[in-house]
Amino acid sequence: MNISFRINGTNKNVDIKPGELLYDVLKSIGISSVKKACETSSCGVCTVLLDGRPIASCSYLAAKAHGHEITTIEGVSREAEILGSLMNSEGAIQCGFCTPGFMLTVIAMKRELQNPDEQAIKNYLVSNLCRCSGYEGQLRAVKLYMEVPQ
Amino acid sequence: MRDSISKPITRVDAADKLSGAACYIGDMRLEDMLYAKTLRAAEPRAKLISIEYPELPEGYFVVDKRDVPGENRVKMLIDDQPFFAEEVVNYIGEPIALIVGKDKEVINKLLEDIKVEYERLQPILCIDNITAPPIYGENDSFADYSLNKGDLQKARAGAAYVYEGIYETGYQEQFYMEPQGVIAEFKEGKVSIYGSIQCPYYVKNAVVSCLGSAPEDVRIVQAATGGAFGGKEDYPSLLAGQAACAAIKAGKPVCLLLDRNEDLEATTKRHPAKITLKSYIDESCRILGLEADIALDAGAYAGISGVVLQRAMFAAAGVYNIENLSIRGKAIATNKAVSGAFRGFGSPQAFFAIEMHMEHAAKAIGIDPLQYKLSNLVKQGDRSTTNGILRDKILLPEMVDRVLEMSGFTEKRKSFKTERAVGALKGIGLSMFFHGCGFTGNGEQDHIKAKVRLTKDIHDRVEILIANVEMGQGVQTTMRKIAAAAMELPIDSIIFANPDTDRVPDSGPTVASRTTVIVGKLVYDAALKLKEKWQAGAASEVEEQYKYPQGFEWDNDSFSGDAYTNYSWGVNAVEVELDPITYESTIKGVWTVFDIGNPIDDRLVRGQIDGGIVQGLGYASMEVMENLQGRFRQRTSTDYIIPTAMDIPEIKSELMCEPFKYGPYGAKGLGELTLVGAPIAYALAVENALSINIDTLPVRPEHLMEVAADGNGY
Repeated sequence: MNISFRINGTNKNVDIKPGELLYDVLKSIGISSVKKACETSSCGVCTVLLDGRPIASCSYLAAKAHGHEITTIEGVSREAEILGSLMNSEGAIQCGFCTPGFMLTVIAMKRELQNPDEQAIKNYLVSNLCRCSGYEGQLRAVKLYMEVPQ
Repeated sequence: MRDSISKPITRVDAADKLSGAACYIGDMRLEDMLYAKTLRAAEPRAKLISIEYPELPEGYFVVDKRDVPGENRVKMLIDDQPFFAEEVVNYIGEPIALIVGKDKEVINKLLEDIKVEYERLQPILCIDNITAPPIYGENDSFADYSLNKGDLQKARAGAAYVYEGIYETGYQEQFYMEPQGVIAEFKEGKVSIYGSIQCPYYVKNAVVSCLGSAPEDVRIVQAATGGAFGGKEDYPSLLAGQAACAAIKAGKPVCLLLDRNEDLEATTKRHPAKITLKSYIDESCRILGLEADIALDAGAYAGISGVVLQRAMFAAAGVYNIENLSIRGKAIATNKAVSGAFRGFGSPQAFFAIEMHMEHAAKAIGIDPLQYKLSNLVKQGDRSTTNGILRDKILLPEMVDRVLEMSGFTEKRKSFKTERAVGALKGIGLSMFFHGCGFTGNGEQDHIKAKVRLTKDIHDRVEILIANVEMGQGVQTTMRKIAAAAMELPIDSIIFANPDTDRVPDSGPTVASRTTVIVGKLVYDAALKLKEKWQAGAASEVEEQYKYPQGFEWDNDSFSGDAYTNYSWGVNAVEVELDPITYESTIKGVWTVFDIGNPIDDRLVRGQIDGGIVQGLGYASMEVMENLQGRFRQRTSTDYIIPTAMDIPEIKSELMCEPFKYGPYGAKGLGELTLVGAPIAYALAVENALSINIDTLPVRPEHLMEVAADGNGY
């Protein structure tokens, strides 16, 4: 079957197999930044934005993306640069495997929430696992990022 | 005074990781690459009677024991583990064969249609009272060691108090975010392996032996590695051998990338342990002697269990000066996945046992546990467990004072007692621990003999050629800093690519908190040599090889002497509050002081501390992995729970610095130390909150409820 969606601002037509998952389709069209780690939508590594909201591409039917806008880290370069620089200075990067999915979740959070408190931030990030950083550097960077003027 | 080298710089790998450009195994696409998936044993112990494969479509292959051209044994300390099962299987998840082909769905369908007939054998599923025939050797142990120091008889004779306890710890899964994977390519008689790995030369040796090929016909290249924590120390050797056989048979590159559930079921984990301690204490509360019996559940094959066991044994007396010791250790073979390396490598189990034991002994005698611990602390000039001299100053008393101050420990112990009287379950605990840095025993000087090379090109760029890998800890940044500082060069004139065994000498594996202190010092020494012979515009090369520092001694037969050349130290405090109905805990605060010598980069050090502490808190509180009848109950990431951002408060950390004179800029080891103390401090905090004794990790709310319901308080 054929589906069409927008990926990082560009229209894309793709032939997919029934039951094919969005992660695999994104990989097949050369989006290498998307990673996969659990296959059960519980770790957040495969996060992409669907119409601006974070979803787990490892468990999302590609067919459901038909007619929607998909954004990966390649599509948010301005925001990623600001957030990335804070993650850098706060020591939030280690193995890097969770980094793109984590950043997309944070970028979506900033667009969605106004002045969230620490608990609201942690709530939003609860599905993005990181095994290296202990979340400390990440949370410091996120708090600073949330204060950056839009 | 900190050296200027401690000032943080931008991680050299940050840009690629932030943009998503870093290329992990799952991102690599070689031309005509095929995929492989593993047929795994469904029985914990059985004879393989027959395997019936479905008809394979063209371009699909079965790869099994018949396709191993060399030795069908993974080259390790004891070569007992087959790449592909032969007559028997010894754990659920053990690889029997690979199905290889282009389409993953077709592969999955083929796997479903394979019929394996087993004849069940009686499995060994626990480490006590084994009745089934042994899996390994006569007494079912991969290692069975004794260590004696002083004369325990004297301690027994002089004891006013004798205290005995049994301490148990469970499995812990490394849960690196990137599952294990390798790609094998066979071109013009040469196999190349790209892998998510910690130890390129371990993989190389295993593949050479598997293929029976010449060393120059095997090349190992590290891909971007998404976390490892010990889990990618030995297991990748197995995957690489299997993928190499598959690539040769198929004549095309083969990607063998595990799913999370396979990774949880089949790869190595932290050894469960049962540790019995008996201490002999005199009238003045000095510990005269300690008897220890350490049993590790090693799983079905030897792996590196013998070395894990040594580290556990050498840590059995904790940070205490005990003159008379008798320590027995066994790594017991069971029909479960192979236990292996995980940050701490035997010492989290041993330190948990001794710290809880000390606490409980003091309570039983009726004295203050912290005073009891402090009055028995080891200090500079004392002898280690193995009778080595502790040469450097030990800052533990100062570190304890600082953690007490930072955490408000003493006041909280008092005020929580009052609050507990009205039903608030609050507690705070404190732990003291060390980590011996570098390989245990004779590893560095007799086995690894690390070698490093620096080359300088005509543009005056210097390349660091070592086999150690960036896996998140920041080695690409710290090594560049060390070399740049030694040669007084800008950091961007130093190159350090992911290791490729065709280019780098064997500087040893990226394990044992050895990379900075051992390999970093060799890079430093080589850099000084290169600086000395520096000629602008001319290419040159220098090498350095590890030399055992003068004055240190080790005898591996009697386990006596300096088991390590240097020690890092830690003191942690954790505060918890428990829900009075569910006994679920909330971690209210974490305070740490570490002595890791001079830090090479404060920000990277902080990252290691935060990450290790949180892994330790997971180990203590929520990471449950149970094996029932040979099958792990937790086989997906929704069953095996690791900490999230919600579970962790701000961690307050400080460093104190006793430099190691043979470390680069006085640095000592760091990575593993950070995991050791938090689980203990957590358990002691819960113990404090509930006025009970805890002797098991993880501390599970349902157990606390049972204890509370029994009225079994201390």
